[in-house]
Amino acid sequence: MLRVQNELFAQMTRWLERAYPGEGCGLMLGTTDGETRTVAAIVEAANLNTERAADRFELDPAAFLEADEIARAEGIDVIGIFHSHPDCPPQASQFDQERAWAGYSYLIVSVVEGASATHQSWVLDGERFIEEPVEVVHG
Amino acid sequence: MAKVRIPTPLRTYTQGSDEVVVAGATVGEVLTNLSQRYDGIGQRLFDKSGAVHRFINIFLNKSDIRREGGLAASVGDDDVISIFPAIAGGR
Repeated sequence: MLRVQNELFAQMTRWLERAYPGEGCGLMLGTTDGETRTVAAIVEAANLNTERAADRFELDPAAFLEADEIARAEGIDVIGIFHSHPDCPPQASQFDQERAWAGYSYLIVSVVEGASATHQSWVLDGERFIEEPVEVVHG
Repeated sequence: MAKVRIPTPLRTYTQGSDEVVVAGATVGEVLTNLSQRYDGIGQRLFDKSGAVHRFINIFLNKSDIRREGGLAASVGDDDVISIFPAIAGGR
């Protein structure tokens, strides 16, 4: 399960809406307890794939460095990646699955005509993605 | 000698350690020694030609080694080598 406070969730969706009509991306930081990852902070990242930004993203490695430094200072960890599917469902694609890493949550938000719509989160189970529940906590 | 920071997906190779200290005078030496210490991690870091795998990013302190020095970059005791997965995807 991926658990995220509504304010952090809104921060992610705002960033992804700003990237529209391109794909936006970023990193989620937090804690892992068994199968539950809880988001404590996010780092917005640039999409370096400018040639195919409409349907691909390549997360700026400098953002990973920033996220890792914040996480280590706070005693937490990088727990996942969020990105958008502009005008497409939040279902993980074959390419998403091929490039995924074990141990992270992959939150995908569908951004339709510039506004965030549905979302789903995925985790790698072996070489295949399986969906995990997302709990947006109102705090 | 340098500190090497290990990302979550590769901690299965380091018995869960998120940071290890490894000997070596260059980034390449440190990562080679890391690979010898922890079975299996080398195949995730390097391709068959011995170059850093294209789905891995290596930072020496705050610099991506692909931009500065590569595997030949010198390291000292106070240096930090960070291994990051290259994150990509798309619909």
